[in-house]
Amino acid sequence: MTLANSLRTQPDERGHFGQFGGRYVAETLMPLILELERAYRAAKADPAFQAQFDDLLEHYVGRPSPLYFAERLTEALRDSAPAGMGPKVYFKRDELNHTGAHKINNCIGQILLAIRMGKTRIIAETGAGQHGVATATVAARFGLPCTIYMGARDVERQSPNVFRMKLLGAEVRPVESGAKTLKDAMNEALRDWVANVDDTFYIIGTAAGPHPYPELVRDFQSVIGREARTQMLEREGRLPDLLVAAIGGGSNAIGLFHPFLDDTEVAMLGVEAAGHGLDTDQHAASLAGGRPGVLHGNRTYLLQDEDGQISEAHSISAGLDYPGIGPEHSWLHEIGRVRYESATDREALDAFQLLCRTEGIIPALEPSHALAAATRKSREMEQDRIILANLCGRGDKDIFTVADALGVAL
Amino acid sequence: MSDRLSARFAACRADGRAALVTFVTGGDPSPGGTGAILDALVEGGADIIELGMPFTDPMADGPAIQRANLRALGAGTTTRDLLDIVRGFRDRHPDTPLVLMGYANPMLARGAGWFAREAAAAGADGVICVDIPPEEDEALGPALRAARLHPIRLATPTSDAARLPAVLRGASGFLYYVSVAGITGLQQAAQHSIESAVARLRAATDLPIAVGFGIRSPEQAAAIGRVADGVVVGSAIVDLVGSEGENAPAAVRSFVSALAQACARQEHAA
Repeated sequence: MTLANSLRTQPDERGHFGQFGGRYVAETLMPLILELERAYRAAKADPAFQAQFDDLLEHYVGRPSPLYFAERLTEALRDSAPAGMGPKVYFKRDELNHTGAHKINNCIGQILLAIRMGKTRIIAETGAGQHGVATATVAARFGLPCTIYMGARDVERQSPNVFRMKLLGAEVRPVESGAKTLKDAMNEALRDWVANVDDTFYIIGTAAGPHPYPELVRDFQSVIGREARTQMLEREGRLPDLLVAAIGGGSNAIGLFHPFLDDTEVAMLGVEAAGHGLDTDQHAASLAGGRPGVLHGNRTYLLQDEDGQISEAHSISAGLDYPGIGPEHSWLHEIGRVRYESATDREALDAFQLLCRTEGIIPALEPSHALAAATRKSREMEQDRIILANLCGRGDKDIFTVADALGVAL
Repeated sequence: MSDRLSARFAACRADGRAALVTFVTGGDPSPGGTGAILDALVEGGADIIELGMPFTDPMADGPAIQRANLRALGAGTTTRDLLDIVRGFRDRHPDTPLVLMGYANPMLARGAGWFAREAAAAGADGVICVDIPPEEDEALGPALRAARLHPIRLATPTSDAARLPAVLRGASGFLYYVSVAGITGLQQAAQHSIESAVARLRAATDLPIAVGFGIRSPEQAAAIGRVADGVVVGSAIVDLVGSEGENAPAAVRSFVSALAQACARQEHAA
């Protein structure tokens, strides 16, 4: 049940979250996204669609993912915290999903929608490659041809994922324009879509883009928060005090946060990538360092100059290396429901290593940013408090980047 | 509303030919070098100028205009430079209509009102914004109308009968028919599909109809000119600016004059 003044009823019928979101696309695409919206409404109301989605999440993805009490990490944080400080730290283990990240939740939902709409070809953009792998995976599972656009620079720094996508039968097209990263891959995917409107479904990987993508991606990812809420009530008999999640576009974060938005006792922290630092021009923190603008179909906070030219983002994590953020986060930021902070490359690397050694879990660099912020927060929170962090991806894909950053030759 | 656009379409109609609409990217090859290119367009016989506002992420454009955007931004082109280019053009060519074409973010960066007022004061006649569909009109449309600039809308092969009224509501100046579902500068649509689309649009609006996307040669321009009120050529000119360096104005002038002659020779069907 949603409250009369619920925060969970966004967006409005035109896809706006306050002043954010909307449908800023070329006219050629407009009829398509209207059709997608109609198809999504029908699917959402169809118990058979929901049943198929749930079944695949359980038997193919491996849900529910565990809620894990990180006991040794909690102890380590208490050791370095002021006396009496150091909350219990729990992880939502979405890195244990098939393909190793939360991205697959959304891909299952969208490919079912694509099939329902009679589309016969799949395209997607990818940054770190996790969304590309997840998309290639569901395309293989359902036997649809699949083209993945990936910035040429990301192709270089995420070569294991490129090979995975190829093994899964996808065509990976390196994008040479711009900074050759996620933003440019998204431009190229949009160019493909506009030229192939009849047969192609674009599986967008984050809770951004033109309406209804931010809404439907959030809905498919909200399984994370729904499970976590139930699991925490079972384990602790109460809700967590603080949710923490990393933000690139923000799909894992909105998936965790959304089911808790009306729980006023639950605080939330989104963690942007501060790269080399917010005082440099080498970061990816759109809320901290940007202002509202229009890109890739939606109005949201963007890194940009005074003329509205989009700046290049930087993060050690390819998955956070994007100059924008999902529109619902921009709205939650402006109304103050969610607090947004950032973590630098260095802080994320430290948190990455801390988790490896204390819990035997190699996290992806994306949730390492969330972990860095959780570590910081733990010094200010008492021991009877609970932090729930989203461990949204595993780090196998990042070991080469991390080795390089640590000066280790493999 | 400024009537340079309607006056020019009427004059072309009286001549029994379609208007030649030419696109180049502002600031390409440099902020100071665009003026000579625009002069060459007019000297070659262009009726209407579309001046592209460079953007880092031109997601509706093909490789030719993407490269032009990069050249312009690489040369340091700012929004103020672009407005100066418009002002200079208006001083030299008081009667040739000029419309700005580009993406939402640079137009909205200082507020829609600021942009509309500055563009109108500089001498622009209309604005084409690629990524503001009618559904988001309030982001820019009211500011353009208040500044007496024509908000020029795009119709595409995917704009079906149910959707056309929404596209046409609040449109003025002319209707830009994007003849292929795709990006700029690549394939051209089949002539018969363009003919039937233009007929469909004519039944729905009295606005002049200009057809663009994929028109690269005088022969293609002449064929489109037989059915439309305006023929838009962009990427082919932009390619010349990119390849000809200092000789670009001369090369552009000669190419545009071939286009203009092809458009002038035709028997207008309407």
